[in-house]
Amino acid sequence: MMLDVKHVTKQYGQKNVVEDVSVSIQKGKITSFIGPNGAGKSTLLSMVSRLINKDSGDIVIDGKNIKDSKSNDLAKKISILKQSNNVNIRITIKDLVSFGRFPYSQGRLTEKDWQHVNDALHYMRLEDMQNKYIDQLSGGQLQRAYIAMILAQDTEYILLDEPLNNLDMNHSVEIMKALKKMVNELGKTVVIVLHDINFASCYSDHIVALKDGKVVKGGATEEIIQQPVLKEVYDMDIQIEIINNNRICIYYT
Amino acid sequence: MRKGYLLIIALFLLSFISLFVGVKNISPLDLFHLTQDQQKILTVSRLPRLISILIAGSSLSICGLIMQQLTRNKFVSPTTAGTMDSARLGVLVSLLVFPAAGMLEKMAIAFAFALAGTFIFMKILDHIKFKNTIFIPLVGLMFGNIVGSITTFFGLKYNLIQSISSWLHGDFSMVIEGRYELLYISIPAIILAYLFANRFTLAGMGEDLAVNLGLSYKRIVNLGLIIVAFVSSIVILTVGTLPFLGLIVPNIVTIFRGDNIKKSIFPTAVMGAVFVLFCDILGRIIIYPYEISISLTIGIIGSAIFLYLLLGRNAHEN
Amino acid sequence: MKTKLIILVTITAAIITLFLFIDMGGYWGYILTRRLNKILAIILTGSSIGVSTIIFQTITNNKILTPNIIGLDSLYMLIQTVVVFTFGANTLTMMNSNIHFLISVGLMLVFSALLYTFLFKREGQNIYYLLLVGLILGTLFSSISSFMQILIDPNEFLVVRDSMFASFNNVNTQLLLISSVSVVLIGLYFLRFIKYLDVLSLGKEQAINLGVSYDPVVKRLLMIIAVLVSISTALVGPITFLGLLVANITYHFMGTYQHKHLFAGSIFISIISLIGAQMLVERVFHFSTSVSVIINLVGGLYFLYLLLKESK
Repeated sequence: MMLDVKHVTKQYGQKNVVEDVSVSIQKGKITSFIGPNGAGKSTLLSMVSRLINKDSGDIVIDGKNIKDSKSNDLAKKISILKQSNNVNIRITIKDLVSFGRFPYSQGRLTEKDWQHVNDALHYMRLEDMQNKYIDQLSGGQLQRAYIAMILAQDTEYILLDEPLNNLDMNHSVEIMKALKKMVNELGKTVVIVLHDINFASCYSDHIVALKDGKVVKGGATEEIIQQPVLKEVYDMDIQIEIINNNRICIYYT
Repeated sequence: MRKGYLLIIALFLLSFISLFVGVKNISPLDLFHLTQDQQKILTVSRLPRLISILIAGSSLSICGLIMQQLTRNKFVSPTTAGTMDSARLGVLVSLLVFPAAGMLEKMAIAFAFALAGTFIFMKILDHIKFKNTIFIPLVGLMFGNIVGSITTFFGLKYNLIQSISSWLHGDFSMVIEGRYELLYISIPAIILAYLFANRFTLAGMGEDLAVNLGLSYKRIVNLGLIIVAFVSSIVILTVGTLPFLGLIVPNIVTIFRGDNIKKSIFPTAVMGAVFVLFCDILGRIIIYPYEISISLTIGIIGSAIFLYLLLGRNAHEN
Repeated sequence: MKTKLIILVTITAAIITLFLFIDMGGYWGYILTRRLNKILAIILTGSSIGVSTIIFQTITNNKILTPNIIGLDSLYMLIQTVVVFTFGANTLTMMNSNIHFLISVGLMLVFSALLYTFLFKREGQNIYYLLLVGLILGTLFSSISSFMQILIDPNEFLVVRDSMFASFNNVNTQLLLISSVSVVLIGLYFLRFIKYLDVLSLGKEQAINLGVSYDPVVKRLLMIIAVLVSISTALVGPITFLGLLVANITYHFMGTYQHKHLFAGSIFISIISLIGAQMLVERVFHFSTSVSVIINLVGGLYFLYLLLKESK
């Protein structure tokens, strides 16, 4: 049982943004999509989560094609967090997180639903500020609130599109640690689009490298964070050092 | 470049045709032995009509070009920024408060209102956080509607609705000698626009960049808005509303010429004149010997082209 | 929340009572019936416009848009102008009001349906395109009507002019019946969609993520809006800025994102504003102006104030 992307293609005008991509996502792991701008990472993620329609190909989750599934059932199976969430309603963190229970409750939350909401708040350490309005939050707090909402949604698969954008270093590390913990403790499957290859290298089990809408290579982290692979993906020589058992890419000079 | 020549040829050809279309028959062959009657028709009606079409068409198109550059939005023009509606409110006020005022005074009041309206629109733009390309003209049109509702309120109260709407309804058939000369005042404004073209282009790249290049951004923007409001209020008083003109002509020209105003200002002027001439001649021959007003022909052709541009752009972007 | 609703209910009840029983004079039976008709028309229009504007603003994620701008108002005006232009003013006044009502509503619905289907076919469409296209078509309709209005005889123009402005003075009793039935039916149909609206206010992507079938739901909601707006416009005439005024006062007063409260609030607030405006028309202006002109003026100015104040 896993998430399978089979021969998926997406065209905008004449341009193939994603071209015949096939990827298998393993359960209970963190998989990262990396690649230069315009590689089609976010588009691929959006298609997997049905935010945009694909032109051809299939996406199969646990043996069931997503085009044969009801949107509401999918919402209990897979969740997505995009990078830009400009909500213009005034709402507290707790209310936001409670929206995560919509697929189950259709807006009428039961005792059990509230239990999930409180667990999610607790897990993301938001209990103290749960009654704060989201327009008063810093970028890192807001991102945590959204992740809590996705956690309350209680899906096996969690997809995140560049969750570290515009975050300080300490908040980025905090978010990545939380994701890792969700995989280890709660058995979630996390798929994440990352810009920073070192975060991808330090936290993911698998990496899929994309370029120009195609998969360059997919595999375990140690297989991808290799000089020849990165050279092909980014068109530059990247030196790789092992520091504290992590493969760190050095490309600044 | 070839297209440029075609445009100029079209301009001359259409101007020529325009002189000889009308109820009173004058053929080009008569030019050399005009009867007194024919001479009179030419000087009193046909020539003024042609001149006003050329000036109104080209100057309004240039206004559109300037506004699009300054707001960095392809869908902004005097019609989609409340300028026209504010000028209309100004006309109403001048009718109400100074019923005896002459054309010049009316123009001054309309200009003041048009300017104020455009400034308010720019102010609103400054405040809006959500700068979606499509959203901004929506705000402008809503703003225009609001100003329009004020006009309606007073117009209804003083029973001026029908007279205002027939006066400001774009129509060249009322243009005769002695009633259009005001339009000439917009020529200096357009020359000024041409002289400042480079600076408008720079201002269009954004305040930070413009200031960095040593431009007094605010002053340039204000100058642009003054030109736009000035020309719009003159045109609305003499010929009436010409919807969409400032919107579509610059859009078509920038497709071929890019966004450098210095390069596109002249083709825009010619294209605007050609477009209005074409619509006017069409309106004169479709139900000959009657006329369809230019507002309607431009309204229909203009909205069709605009929708085409809008939807075409949609396809490209995604 | 409860206290706020109680306050609104109290004010509404008070203003309705005031409106019904002030200055009764003789013939109270006749006057009371007339006033009751007005109240019913106000309740219908007010709730249709209040609710449809809030739905619309939630779908578009924007608090400064109103469904009237997609060209329905201008289309309605065009229909009236065309009728007067081709058949003369007598036809408009004599025509069976039910038929006239049905034709107006029907044409407005066909127009909206065409617009929606056309634009939803294009994948990845942005809802603002829909609005701008509708708005442009609206401008086109108004330039056609203003062309015809110039050609119309000034006396006949008066008839067109009357239909330009919403008025509750001569509400047709027959129309009240069909409009009430249709509004109630559409309201019942709408009930099942209320739960989606809170989620829709989080934006399209979040809504899909939470399992809302976005396109079908939004399409139905847009159709509900079109029906509500068409009915209220055909019943009393266009009131462009009522929705804007009411929706924004509602957000401010209710201070919540929950749509069940917003809808309830907006219905009461519209009724209060419409009755207030109607009383102004009757008592202060002595019928020299119309409700929609007052509402548009006040609503428009309030909106302008919002635009300039926001984000400071």
